[in-house]
Amino acid sequence: MRIVVLVKAVPDTWETRVLDPQTGRIDRSGAPLIDEVGERAIEAALAHRDQGADVEIIALAMGPESAREALIKALALGADSAIHVLDEALVGADMLRTSAVLAAAIGRAGFDLVLAGNESTDGRGGMLPAMIAERLGVAHATHLNSLELHGTSLRGQRQVDAGTVAVDADLPAVASLTEQAPEARFPNFRGIMKAKKKPYEQLTVADLGLEEPKAASVVRAVRTRPERVGGTTIVDDGTAGERIAQFLVDNHQI
Amino acid sequence: MNVLTVVEVTPAGQLGSTTHTQLSAAAALDPEVTALAVCPPDTAAAIGAALSDLGVRRFILVENPRLGALLTPEVDAVATVAARTPDLAAILIPHTVDGRELAGRVAVRIGAAIACDAVGLEVEDGAVVVTHSVFGGAYSVTSGATAVPLVVTVRAGSFSGFDAAAGEPHIDRVPLLDAMGPAARVGVVTSGDGSDRPDLRTAAKVVSGGRGLGSKENFALVEQLADTLGAAVGASRAAVDAGYAPHSAQVGQTGTTVAPELYIALGISGAIQHLAGMQTAKTIVAVTKDPDAPILRLADLGVVGDVFDVVPQLVTALEARRNR
Repeated sequence: MRIVVLVKAVPDTWETRVLDPQTGRIDRSGAPLIDEVGERAIEAALAHRDQGADVEIIALAMGPESAREALIKALALGADSAIHVLDEALVGADMLRTSAVLAAAIGRAGFDLVLAGNESTDGRGGMLPAMIAERLGVAHATHLNSLELHGTSLRGQRQVDAGTVAVDADLPAVASLTEQAPEARFPNFRGIMKAKKKPYEQLTVADLGLEEPKAASVVRAVRTRPERVGGTTIVDDGTAGERIAQFLVDNHQI
Repeated sequence: MNVLTVVEVTPAGQLGSTTHTQLSAAAALDPEVTALAVCPPDTAAAIGAALSDLGVRRFILVENPRLGALLTPEVDAVATVAARTPDLAAILIPHTVDGRELAGRVAVRIGAAIACDAVGLEVEDGAVVVTHSVFGGAYSVTSGATAVPLVVTVRAGSFSGFDAAAGEPHIDRVPLLDAMGPAARVGVVTSGDGSDRPDLRTAAKVVSGGRGLGSKENFALVEQLADTLGAAVGASRAAVDAGYAPHSAQVGQTGTTVAPELYIALGISGAIQHLAGMQTAKTIVAVTKDPDAPILRLADLGVVGDVFDVVPQLVTALEARRNR
């Protein structure tokens, strides 16, 4: 089974994230990390291999030079090769464009299954896997808390707003995993050393033979919300519960 | 200019909870709201009646013969209707799990740009301009596109004020030719926590618990205060990771973003991971043992104390006031 796993390098969610006030683009100058939910997608592919299946895992990322970190991590965890789409022309690419680029790279590599995290922590659209499925002409089985892979099909539990629902689909397909899917293992030393020798292919937009997009999103303006100013802090002297109740009354909250 | 607004229909054939938001969002762009509903078999008449009762005067009902196919019929329906709508400026779809994937696939199908998770909509110089609240409200961004139509996903609870329109309804029923594209098969949704509490995303009051609660059993204190206030229950990522609360309660950069009237944080330190999910709440109250907790800098009223002392007293005080 050939599995293409999508990974992304994103700003650390435990730090404040910044938008460029001119372009509205996310400031990626810090040290981006592999988006953790994407590691769970890698883990799902590795787990299937551990069960004895003949699995080839290709890690794919579209991004600036910093996306390399995410791909090397994927290789260290056990992916067999990496593809990095890196092109100045893709800076600020919207979802329509990004889905076209990734689908083209996936089609070029060939696939039985595409795996990804369900939603990136920076973009938070949660749509890209479904859009890629549309471009590849396959089903999407996304937002899965759990995934079982069988030779020519997959099964899982999909998390929707109202609850969960059982899903199954025939391969080839695109699947995505939520934060509730099993956590990734840690790469071991051997994995880290082997990663440097694994095939790493870099592609540009020209290599993918893409048409110009029919439409594109445009940022018009960016406004920063003023810093929130705190109010009072008190230390509980045995009456804090009562004082909060009074505060809520005074503020018309109850 | 024409705007299509998709209203969600449950498998049981009822209008989804995002309907009022969808109709209000559409009205912000075009007072003549045109709703599009993809209906399971034999439900179109009831959906039509429900929309009519709400005061929608133009609606398009597409009958979906293919149950249990994940989104392919809905994508076909929206793309088909879009193709035959002249001067189409925008397609509005709820920003739910299903809705945003519908939006994504439709956008690819028809070659449209996407504006994601809109909290504001306007027309400027004949073009649709979308407002987004980014990184937990740290930024407000407006966007447009280079071509029409624009596919927009709409944040639940962000729009209100749809008024019933007068006049006879204009109903369009579109048969969906058997949508045979590949699709995952889905079963019936098993309801989340089955509770009567308000939905976290749109609740006016939220009571959240963090690692400071110490255990899943102790988390009941959060629920108790929430129930006293009629609030939704939230949790920090740390509390969810520790197993004190379900993932559906998570508030933060990788959970739900909330903007309630009142947010009470219990045993939460206020790492940026969490703050980004609630910092635009109108009033914030925090109770924490840690005098250096970052959340205290944000709170309108911060209490340095033990939640197990403060909260029971608060619950008693609230009940006493209620009974006066």
